[in-house]
Amino acid sequence: MTDGATGASLRPPTVRSGLAAPATTVDRKVVAGFVALAGAGALAPVLPAYPLTLLTQAAIIAVLAMSLDVLLGYTGLPSLGHAAYFGIAAYTVAILATERQIGLAGCLVAALLLATATAAVFGVLAIRATGTYFLMITLALGMVVWGLAFRWVSMTKGDNGIAGVPRPELGLPWSLAAPLPFFYFALGAAALAWGAMGVLVRSPFGLGLKGIRESESRMRALGYNVWLHKYLAFVISGFFAAFAGVLWAYYNGFVGPADVQLVTSVETLLMVALGGPGTLAGSAFGAVAIVFLKNFVSVYTKRWLLILGAVYIGVILFAPRGVLGAFSREPRGAP
Amino acid sequence: MTRIHVRTLAAVLSVALAASLAAPRTAPAQGGPIKIGLLAPLTGAAAALGKDMLNGTELYLDGIGSQVSGRKIELIVEDTEGNTATALTKARKLVEQDQVHVLTGGLLASTGYALHPLAEAQRIPTTYPVMSSDDLTQRKPAKWVVRTGWNSSQSMHVFGDWVAKTLKYRKIVTIGLDYAFGWESVGGFQRTFEESGGQIIQKIWTPLNTNDFAPFVTQIKREADAVFAVFFGRAALQFVKQYETAGLKGRVPLLGNGTTTDESVLPQMGDEALGIMTALHYSAALDNPANQKFARAFEAKAGKIPSYYAETCYTNARWIVEAVKAIGGRVEDREALLTALRRVELKDFPRGPVGIDRWGNPVQNIYIRRVEKVGGKLQNSVIATFPAVSQFWRYDPDEYLKQPLYTRDHPPCPHC
Repeated sequence: MTDGATGASLRPPTVRSGLAAPATTVDRKVVAGFVALAGAGALAPVLPAYPLTLLTQAAIIAVLAMSLDVLLGYTGLPSLGHAAYFGIAAYTVAILATERQIGLAGCLVAALLLATATAAVFGVLAIRATGTYFLMITLALGMVVWGLAFRWVSMTKGDNGIAGVPRPELGLPWSLAAPLPFFYFALGAAALAWGAMGVLVRSPFGLGLKGIRESESRMRALGYNVWLHKYLAFVISGFFAAFAGVLWAYYNGFVGPADVQLVTSVETLLMVALGGPGTLAGSAFGAVAIVFLKNFVSVYTKRWLLILGAVYIGVILFAPRGVLGAFSREPRGAP
Repeated sequence: MTRIHVRTLAAVLSVALAASLAAPRTAPAQGGPIKIGLLAPLTGAAAALGKDMLNGTELYLDGIGSQVSGRKIELIVEDTEGNTATALTKARKLVEQDQVHVLTGGLLASTGYALHPLAEAQRIPTTYPVMSSDDLTQRKPAKWVVRTGWNSSQSMHVFGDWVAKTLKYRKIVTIGLDYAFGWESVGGFQRTFEESGGQIIQKIWTPLNTNDFAPFVTQIKREADAVFAVFFGRAALQFVKQYETAGLKGRVPLLGNGTTTDESVLPQMGDEALGIMTALHYSAALDNPANQKFARAFEAKAGKIPSYYAETCYTNARWIVEAVKAIGGRVEDREALLTALRRVELKDFPRGPVGIDRWGNPVQNIYIRRVEKVGGKLQNSVIATFPAVSQFWRYDPDEYLKQPLYTRDHPPCPHC
């Protein structure tokens, strides 16, 4: 999507020029995404129970990975605290659903509001920094949320976590307690999130983000409000991470400090890196690949972490722009 | 060129993924192996405990040639990393992918609470040899879960009463892990100790990932007659060591729940552990014939003395096998298997005779133990035995169940 470094310096990065060249690539990825969604949907009824469980998990985690991609891939801000919004939303759902028996709509609104508000506050603190400093600040903020989950025992039950989150009742003839209806629920929600983020990154605002990723000073010189663009990207990214967190609480039925911890943030970052930053479909692919690698490879060997590590190294060596990034024809200047 | 390679790689990966997805559903044919799914922490901070759990289970199954009622027994082990979220994922894998007939294992009491809705939803006969979450056999009785181990407060009710009446301590400080197991252990101890005339004068809670106990040890009120500690694994080693370093050992006697000096950590402790008194439903030093036979066999297999984790998983394996025997190996009938699991009562487990109450919790001996050095090695010498202790101690079950569950704030601490 980005112009080569030299090209961009000659032409002002207007909306038109950003859209024109790589249209075919974008379309191909969107088509591939639709094929994957439809394929998963069609395959689901004949799948054995366990792969179906993993696909459900993958669909939810894919939303989380894509939300981080908005920040990392499109805006160029590597966050190490992304699990915070995911976790806050998941905890909100778990607490409201178990202690106050609040339904899906109430939980969804409360969780999204609370997590997005947190992102709005954290964004003010974090956006001033870039690069490693941004990484460190988001890491610290993420740890604050983890600390709350771990130590605010009266609210979060501390290390016990919150068990027994019931699946939502939608008033449909199919109960979401059964694996297949819940899978379609999760898949539908993931598709919705994918569509919304897709529209966002292709909008003039999204193109502005890419411009910032490539050259902040140039965008500033062109009169863009760089800070506001980055800040909004941060908040929106937190919003979609929260959306994934809501789904996760319902899927897993359990929310604990592990959902908010650094490892979750890092894993999400790796998913995006694996699939290809700057391509939503790529991040989703990375999420699916890692969920399956993690759970299938571990069946055959206790050394599955070694294999996961080898996959990462392989991707970095042979496809530094991620697996889907390697398919992309568009040239990309060094960040 | 690179792009082609990557495409080939991606194609190969997707084919492999599709192949693994399409793996045939194993038909639960009568006559196939009986599958037992074991969840154990084989990596992470609690890996040593997981190893004991696995060795104990294998020791029993190997001893019967992994066969019962003419069917082979297949043990499928999954690593939980001592983490509830992972345990849930692995439990789903065992039930959905491997289609195990019995789900068992698990470490943390908190995991016990999280796993229970899954067992109910999947209608899978589940045994808890280690996870001691009180409420699953009390106020939230779990239909599909049978406890083959113990519940957190069971031995502590005995101990609190015994400490007040026999040791005649009056003022005690408690320090324990800040989650369900710690709360329920301290709660049980506090209740009977205070009812027998003692006073808890301070309660300290330490996070589960604490590595340095010095900040907590220094808080301990020095006017205490004794300190009561609830730890396990690495935390137990670290705490007992730092208790001595702080100069408290010898000045304020140390008491604990059973896992604080369990044989999973005792061999790594030094003289700092001498004299600690604890209570549990097992000690490797029990001198009944069943335990001596078990302890010898376990040492030969694992090269260390058996811990409670080893004994409870050995007993748990036998428990499952006895239930399978009782229904003639027809494990596909889940209701029948569950009923049979709830009827196993045997007199000759290494820990002693075990019955089961109608909430699905074992009724068993509780041993008061003191760490002593015998033949140059530390052991939990049994100094008193309370036979056939129920989870309700001497209380009336109905009255007991009207009380709330022991938590961080219950019972309250009027003397703190």
